[in-house]
Amino acid sequence: MSASKTNNKKSSATSYKVRFKDRFHSALKLHRENAIQSLLDILRQPTNSLMTILVLAIALALPAAFYLFMTNAQAVSQSWDGGVKMALYLEDSATESQAQELFTQLNQRTEFEEIVFVGKDDGLEMFRQYSGLGDSLDYLEENPLPYSITLKPTASFSDSEQLEQLAQELSLLPLVAQAKLDSSWIKKYNSILDISEQIATFISIMLALGVLLIVGNTIRLAILNRREEIQVIKLVGATDAFIRRPFLYAGFWYGLIAALLAALMVNIIFVLLQQSAHQLAQLYSSEFSLLGLAPSFTLGLLAIGALLGLSGAWFSVRKHLKDINPE
Amino acid sequence: MIEFHQVFKRYDGGHEALKGVSFALPRGEMAFLTGHSGAGKSTLLKLIALMERPTRGQIKLDDIDISNAKDRQIPYHRRKIGMIFQDHRLLFDRTVFDNVALPLIIAGVADRDIPKRVRAALDKVGLLNKEKQLPIQLSGGEQQRVGIARAVVNKPPLLLADEPTGNLDPELSQDIMNLFAQFNQVGVSVLIASHDLGLIARMKHPVITLKEGRTIRNELAEVDFA
Repeated sequence: MSASKTNNKKSSATSYKVRFKDRFHSALKLHRENAIQSLLDILRQPTNSLMTILVLAIALALPAAFYLFMTNAQAVSQSWDGGVKMALYLEDSATESQAQELFTQLNQRTEFEEIVFVGKDDGLEMFRQYSGLGDSLDYLEENPLPYSITLKPTASFSDSEQLEQLAQELSLLPLVAQAKLDSSWIKKYNSILDISEQIATFISIMLALGVLLIVGNTIRLAILNRREEIQVIKLVGATDAFIRRPFLYAGFWYGLIAALLAALMVNIIFVLLQQSAHQLAQLYSSEFSLLGLAPSFTLGLLAIGALLGLSGAWFSVRKHLKDINPE
Repeated sequence: MIEFHQVFKRYDGGHEALKGVSFALPRGEMAFLTGHSGAGKSTLLKLIALMERPTRGQIKLDDIDISNAKDRQIPYHRRKIGMIFQDHRLLFDRTVFDNVALPLIIAGVADRDIPKRVRAALDKVGLLNKEKQLPIQLSGGEQQRVGIARAVVNKPPLLLADEPTGNLDPELSQDIMNLFAQFNQVGVSVLIASHDLGLIARMKHPVITLKEGRTIRNELAEVDFA
C-alpha cells in the first residue's frame, strides 16, 4: 500500500491540484448558480411549468383554505359561548308570589348579567308570536305554561362545562322543574366542526401526498429529458451530489412558487368573502369579523410548499438517477 | 498505469466479452488495442473507466485495485481518466468552451483558473478560435478535437480512446493520432482502441490484439502479480 501512495503522488503531480479553499468556494458558487439556473429554467418555459405550478398551487391552496375556514368557524363558536342563555321553568304548582320570590333571590346573585321574569301570560304571548299558532291558542281553556325565568350568565362562564354545572345547580332549586341551557345546538355545531376538522386534515394529507407525487413526476421527466447530459457528466467524473443538485433546486422552486401562489389565492378568496361575512355578522348583530391568513401561517405555508417540493424531487432523484449510467 | 490480471467479463445475457485478459500498460506508455468488432475492446476500456465491473480477475489503475471500488468512489476514479469516444459525447446545447470547461467545474476548479485552462486545452487541439461556437457548427474532426480537449483539460494521467478515428477520413485520423502521441510525449499514458490496422502500424507503439475475448498478441509485458 505504501508503494501505491508514492505512485499516487507522482501521478497527481501532472494533474491540476484543486485546493480545498477553491473547492469550497466553487461548491458555494455551484449552489448559487444551480439555484438561479433552475429557477430560470422554470420561468423560461412558462407553458410547461405553469400548468404544474398551478396544479401544485391548487393542491396547496385547498388545505390553506380549510385551515382558514376552521379558524373562523372556531372563532365564531367561541364568540357564541359568551352569549348563551338559560331558561328556568318552574313547577306547574308554583304560585306567582313563589315565582317572584325566586326571581328576587336569583336577582341578588352575581353570576347573571341579565335576568328576566316571564309570567304565564307573557310566556303565552311570546309563544303566540313565535309559534305562529296565533288565534288557535285562544281555544285553550287555561294557560298551560308555567312561570319561567330567563337568565344570561356573565362572560366569566366561557366554556360549556361551567354553564352545564350552573344549569345543574339551578335545576336543584326548589320549585324549579327544569333548567334548560340553549347550548345544545352549539355542541352540535362544535362536534360538526370537529368532524370537519378531521376530514380537512385527512384531505390535506392526501393533497400533500399529491404535491409530492406531482413534483416527483415533473422531476422524473426533467431527468429523462437530460438523460444524455447526465451520462456525459457522469463520464467526466461528476458525483451524484453534483448531478442531483439542480433537480433538487427545481423541486424546491416548484414547491415555493406554488405555495406563494396558493397564499395569494387564499388571500383573494378571503378578501372576496370578507364583505359578505361582514353583512352576515351584522344580521346576527355580531361583532364577528373574518380572520385572514396570519403572516406566520403564510410563512408556514411557504415552508411546507418548499419542503414538499424538495422531498418530491429527492425521492424522484434517488429513484431515477441511479438508473442512468454511461454506456 | 493499468494492470489487468486474468480478467473475465460475462454480461447478464451470458455473453462472455473477456476471457482471462492480462496485460500491463506502464506509466507514460502509449499502446493500441485492436481486434474485430465484438472482440472485447470496448468492454476492456469500460472496465478501466468502471462503466462495467469485471466478473472475475483483478484490475489496477495507478496501483490501486479498482475491481471492488465502491460506487461513490467512481467519480473520483474517472477524474483520473480522460475518455474519448467515437461519437464524441459532447453536450450540444453548450458552447465549445462550456463543453471543455465541464470537467473543471465538476472538479471544483476556481473560477478564475477555468478560462486559462480551457484555452490551454483548446490551443493544444488547435481550436482556440472556435470556443464560442456550438458543437453542431463544427466538422466531425473538430468535434473529436473538442472531445479530446475536454478529456485532457484536467490533465489526467491516463487517456482512453474508443475508436477515436472511426468516423474520420485517413488524413484527419492521422492528425488525431499525432495529437495523442503529443500528449504521450509529455508523460500521459494513452490506450487507444482502434481497428485501423494501417494507421496503428505507422504509429509504432505496442499493440494488444484481442480475439473473442482473449489476448492473441500482446506486445506489452504480462503482469506478474506475485
